[in-house]
Amino acid sequence: MIPAPFGYVRATSSDEALAALASHGDEAKLLAGGHSLLPLMKLRLATPAVLVDVGRVPDLGYIRVEGDEVAIGALARHRDIERSAELRAACPVLGHVAGQVGDPQVRARGTLGGSLAHGDAASDLPAAVLALDGTLVVDGPRGRREVAAREFFVGFLETALEPDEMLVEVRVPVTGDAGWSYQKFTRRAQDWAVVGAVAVARGDGAAGALVNMGSRPLRADAVEQALADGATAADASGLAAAGTEPSADLHASTDYRRHLARVLTGRALVAAGVA
Amino acid sequence: MSTDAATSLTVTVTINGRRVPRTVEPRLLLVHLLREQVGLTGTHVGCDTSNCGACTVLLDGEAVKSCTVLAAQADGTEVTTVEGLAAPDGTMSAVQEGFRQEHGLQCGYCTPGMLMATTSLLADDPDPDEAAIRSALEGNLCRCTGYQMIVNAVRWAAERGGATVAGEPLVRTETPVEVTR
Repeated sequence: MIPAPFGYVRATSSDEALAALASHGDEAKLLAGGHSLLPLMKLRLATPAVLVDVGRVPDLGYIRVEGDEVAIGALARHRDIERSAELRAACPVLGHVAGQVGDPQVRARGTLGGSLAHGDAASDLPAAVLALDGTLVVDGPRGRREVAAREFFVGFLETALEPDEMLVEVRVPVTGDAGWSYQKFTRRAQDWAVVGAVAVARGDGAAGALVNMGSRPLRADAVEQALADGATAADASGLAAAGTEPSADLHASTDYRRHLARVLTGRALVAAGVA
Repeated sequence: MSTDAATSLTVTVTINGRRVPRTVEPRLLLVHLLREQVGLTGTHVGCDTSNCGACTVLLDGEAVKSCTVLAAQADGTEVTTVEGLAAPDGTMSAVQEGFRQEHGLQCGYCTPGMLMATTSLLADDPDPDEAAIRSALEGNLCRCTGYQMIVNAVRWAAERGGATVAGEPLVRTETPVEVTR
């Protein structure tokens, strides 16, 4: 399978990438690691006229622990996040989830920014950043802006990014010793989650997010509220599927996905030490 | 920089130690550069959807799926294919020899990818246990062996030389992480 023809621009700075996006408009797509975009292009589900390759933009692959936040450049690869001892100490859930993406070859190419900008509800990292209340730093012709993860994932493969904007940094809080868990249910090694549940313990209970339970990654709002109101983890997790409209496919019916959301959320809360 | 979009570009990829310049279409995939333009057909195309790992090569020392990398993205990099694993005198690497000694293959279709992924694994972890081996090879599918012989082959290699490319140890360079407190 070969992508449809496209024009190629190699950007060597984020300013160059933004200039190229400005000149090609919404016919252009940014290419980072390419492990979400290129498979779509090979299947001709995506046929951008122009690819702006940001894979060589220097200085966007950093992982910095800064006080009570971790700042990660959008081009940090999954493998870098997975293997960073500093990140593992500061925000272990993110390091763990990065190591659950695809397989080692995929993690060697895929980037955090690319995964978030792709905004796939079935991907691991969007839900993790959502559960962490991460902040996404976006650059564009109207200047830099910060978007809360809760506002970033808008719909099916749709984010708050405008066509002329670029995600440049992701910030998540240092969670340190707080309990956490990612429960990923797959039918095959290396696969996307049939359903996944992230939990991160915090003062009033836990923050949670769900993978593949709708058109976008979802916060487990009902579960969080129940925990804050004093419910047990077992009772709260029973609300995990409330209001969700997951899809049905070969691997799971809608009802089975709802069942998985409840079970996996319960397991994630227990593993995160939330009683 | 021009923001004009190129419809062809010249890339130079160092493949198994040899600089190879080629003028390519932007949509050319690395696996097709290797197989069709350079004639290195040891790298196989299996699923073509970044699933099976038959097309695995080393890109700057790290295993990647060459069906999901543009030749344009590989410009300026060093690529090692299965043809570049053995020492210059033809002596097979420990990984290759391990697959031979432990019969880590039947039909052989997945084998080039298995060899490259194993070489990358042993550069990261010179002494992996069975669970680490199975996890590290999750991106490589074999439909013949049931994997047990492959696990044995990786252990064989780990105990007798580890990760080498063209007779030299494969050394991983890590990205330094900045810590500001």
